[in-house]
Amino acid sequence: MTIPYQDDADNLTGQVRAACARREPLRIRGSGSKTFYTGPCEGRPLSTLAHTGIVHYEPTELVLTARSGTPLARIEAALAESGQMLGFEPPHFGTGATWGGTVACGLSGPRRPWGGSVRDAVLGCRIVNGRGDVLSFGGEVMKNVAGFDISRLMAGALGTLGLLLEISVKVQPRPECEMTRCFDGSSAEARERMIQWGGSGLPMTAMAWDGRLYLRLSGPEKAVSAAVRRVGGDALVSADAFWSSLREQTHGFFAGAGDLWRLSLPPAASLDGLSGAWLLDWGGAQRWLRAADAGPAEVCAAVQAVGGHARLFRTANPAAERCAPLAPALAGLHRRVRAAFDPEGIFNRGLWQEAF
Amino acid sequence: MSPERCTRGEDREAFLLELRRILPAEALLSDAEDLRPFECDALSAYTVLPWIAVLPATVGQVQAVLRLCHSHGVPVVARGAGTGLSGGALPVADGVLLSLAKFNRILEVDPANRMARVQPGVRNLAISEAAARFGLYYAPDPSSQVACTIGGNVAENSGGVHCLKYGLTVHNVLQVTLLTIEGDLLTLGSLGLDGPGYDLLAVVNGSEGLLGVIVEVVVKLLPLPETARTLLAAFDGIEAAGDAVAGVIGAGLLPAGLEMMDKLTLRATEEFVHAGYPVDAAAIVLCEMDGMAEQVEAEIARARQVLAAHGALEVRESRDEAERRKFWAGRKAAFPAVGRIAADYYCIDGTIPRKRLAQVLGRIGELSEQYGLAVGNVFHAGDGNLHPLILYDASLPGELERAEALGEDILTFCVEVGGTVTGEHGVGVEKLNPMCVQFSAPALRQFHALKEAFDDKGLLNPGKAVPTLARCAEFGHVHVHGGRLRHSELERF
Repeated sequence: MTIPYQDDADNLTGQVRAACARREPLRIRGSGSKTFYTGPCEGRPLSTLAHTGIVHYEPTELVLTARSGTPLARIEAALAESGQMLGFEPPHFGTGATWGGTVACGLSGPRRPWGGSVRDAVLGCRIVNGRGDVLSFGGEVMKNVAGFDISRLMAGALGTLGLLLEISVKVQPRPECEMTRCFDGSSAEARERMIQWGGSGLPMTAMAWDGRLYLRLSGPEKAVSAAVRRVGGDALVSADAFWSSLREQTHGFFAGAGDLWRLSLPPAASLDGLSGAWLLDWGGAQRWLRAADAGPAEVCAAVQAVGGHARLFRTANPAAERCAPLAPALAGLHRRVRAAFDPEGIFNRGLWQEAF
Repeated sequence: MSPERCTRGEDREAFLLELRRILPAEALLSDAEDLRPFECDALSAYTVLPWIAVLPATVGQVQAVLRLCHSHGVPVVARGAGTGLSGGALPVADGVLLSLAKFNRILEVDPANRMARVQPGVRNLAISEAAARFGLYYAPDPSSQVACTIGGNVAENSGGVHCLKYGLTVHNVLQVTLLTIEGDLLTLGSLGLDGPGYDLLAVVNGSEGLLGVIVEVVVKLLPLPETARTLLAAFDGIEAAGDAVAGVIGAGLLPAGLEMMDKLTLRATEEFVHAGYPVDAAAIVLCEMDGMAEQVEAEIARARQVLAAHGALEVRESRDEAERRKFWAGRKAAFPAVGRIAADYYCIDGTIPRKRLAQVLGRIGELSEQYGLAVGNVFHAGDGNLHPLILYDASLPGELERAEALGEDILTFCVEVGGTVTGEHGVGVEKLNPMCVQFSAPALRQFHALKEAFDDKGLLNPGKAVPTLARCAEFGHVHVHGGRLRHSELERF
C-alpha cells in the first residue's frame, strides 16, 4: 500500500532548537480543534499541519504509527478499510482534528472503560524535547518495559513535555455486530443498572444516561443477540449517530450557556450534593455537569471526596481556573517533571499552570 | 563486600542506632547471617549482601526509614516477594534493603466500583481469590502469580497470559500511593478511570523501584468470564505455528491467551506434568477464548478455522474445565519442566513484532548451534513476547558467560527486527547492556533527568534499569548497528 506523506520533522526540530537558543516560548498547534479545552497559552505558533502521513500500519500486528499532523479522520478511514478501529473512540471536536492533538489532549469516547484510553493504546512515540533532542521511546510491540514509560506520559500532557513527531498505538478489530438497547428510568435507576451490568460478563462497549439509559453491545452476532435477549429494552434506531453525538458533544445536552464540568470518579459514587444538568457516560465513571448551582471549589471538593477529580471542560471565561490545584508535594513533582523535559519552559507555556 | 561500613562513608553503628529509634527490634536485621536470605531475588546468578535490612509494618515506619536514608545519603532497595527475574530487587552493598513483606493486607474489595484496595505485599493471586465471591477477578496473571506481589507487579509492569486481551498491569491499576525518597506521600491516579495532571501513574508502572516506594495500590477488577474454552493446535514446523498466531490476530480475534511452545519445551513439560501434549509436533499453539457462552462458541469456531487453514496437524478443543486446565498445566509448568532436563537455564525476555516470529525463532536456532547451547522456546506468542530458555551448566567454567553472551545476541536481534530487550521481566541489573542497544544517548539522558525529578540524589534502587552513558560507551561491541556507530559522541574506552 502506498501512503502519501510529508515528513516535516527536520523543519519542526529546527524551529524547536532555534526557540531553545532564544529561550522563546512556542505554542504547538494542530488544527486548533481542542483549544477550548486546553485554554490559552503563550508563544510563537509551531504548526504540525505539514507533518503528516501514516508511517506504518500493519493490520496483523494491530499497530499503527502516524505523524502528529495527520488528520484523525484519515487514520480512522485507513483502519476502517482493514476492519479495525481506535479502541478509545476519540472525539474530534472539529473536522481538522490531528493525531498529535488527539494524543496530547488524551480524550477518549464512550468506549473507553472497555476499549481502554488513549494512554492505554499508546505503544511508542518520537518527540523533540525542550533541549531540541529528538528522542524515541517505546516502540511498535505490545509489551515493552525497557526504560521509563515516557510514551504514555505524553498522552494528556497537552504538549507541555515535548513536541510529538510520531505516535504508535495499538488498534483493535471492529466488532462483527453492534446493537444499542435503551431503557426508561431516572438517573438513580440508571446507576443501579450500570453497576449491575458492569459486574456482569455482557459484551458491552458503552453505557450512558441522558434521561434514558443506553447500553451498546458488541461482538459476534450470535453473542450480541443472546445479550439482547438477556437485557431486554428497546432497540435504538440510528445508534451510531447517538454515540457520535455524545462523543462529539453535539448532543442537545451540551447546547446552551453555562460552564461544562467533566467529572471522573468511581462509577457507583453518589454526588447528591451537586445539582445542575447531568449526563452520565462510561457506565457512570465520567459525568458531565452543566450549569452547576455550586461554585468551582464546591464541585472540585465534592468529586475529590469520592476519590475522583473534576475539570472545567468548556467555559466562556478564558481566565477561569479549570481544576483544583494538586497537593503541594505532587505539584512540586509535576514542576520538576516538566523541567526534566523542558527546562526553559519552551512548550505551551501557561498550560497546567493552575494545577501546579 | 563487608557489611561493616557503608562505601559512602556512613558509620553503620551510628546509622543503626538511628534506625532503632524508628523501628522495633524485630524489624531491623544487621547480622550477616540474618542478611543472607536477602542477598538476591529470583535471579540468583547475582548476589550482594545488603548493608542493613528493614521490615517495617506501617506507612509511618517506611516514611521514617526513607527520610533517614535521604538525610544520610544511604541507598534504598525495596523488595516484595523477590520473584523478579532480572535482579531488580538485588540489594546494594552500601544500602538498606526495604522489605514490604508485612504489607500483605487486602484493605477493601469494592464490588460496586469493581476495584480492590490492597497493600503492596499482597500476592497477585490473592486479589482474585478475594474478589471471586463477588464474581470478579484481577486480570494480569504473571506465571509467578501464586507468589509474586502486586507492588512488584506495578514496579515491573508485569504481564502474563491474559495480557493480550486484558492489558498489562499499567492498564489495570487505578491508583498508586507511594512514598518518595524524601518521605512525601503521593497519590497518583484516582478512583475514576484517569487522574489529574500528568499521567505519572503510567510512568511508575514499570519503573523498577527507581521512583518511589509503593505503599498502596488500587486495582481494577473485571467480571469473571461466564465461560472459557481452549484450543490446542499442533504444527509440524515452528514457522507454521508462528504464522498461525499472526493469522488468528489478523482474523480480528482477540484471544484471552495465545501461547506457543516448541518441541524441546513440549517434551520436557509432557514428561513433567503429563498433559497429553502431542510430543511429535514441532510446536503447539494454545488459544483460549472467554466471555459469554455464545461469544466463546462463535470465536472458538473461527479460531479453529484459522488454525486449520495455517496447516495445523490437529486441533483439540477442551471439552470441560478439567481439560482446559490440563491444556494450560504444561504451559504454566514449562519453566520448572525445563529446569528438570538441564543443570541450569537462563531465561530471556524480549518482545518482537508478531510477524517476525518465524524469522527470530530461526535465528535463535542458529545462535544455539553457534554457541553449542540448547535453547527451549515458550512464549506469549500473541504479544510477541519471547522467553527463550538457554540450557547450560553453571559448574562448567565459562558456560554461564556463554549463556549470557547468547542471551545478549538474542536480545540484540529482537531490537534489530523492531522489538525490545524486555517485555515483562524488567531490565534490573541483567539487561543494562542490551538497553544500550535499544536507546540512544539522548534518550538515556532523558530517562536520567526524569529519575532526578523524583529522586535527585539517586538513592532509590541505584544501578538498575537505566544504564549510565559511560557503561554504554564501554559496552562498545554492540554499538555498531546497521553500519551506524551509536554514541559516537562519547569517548571510547
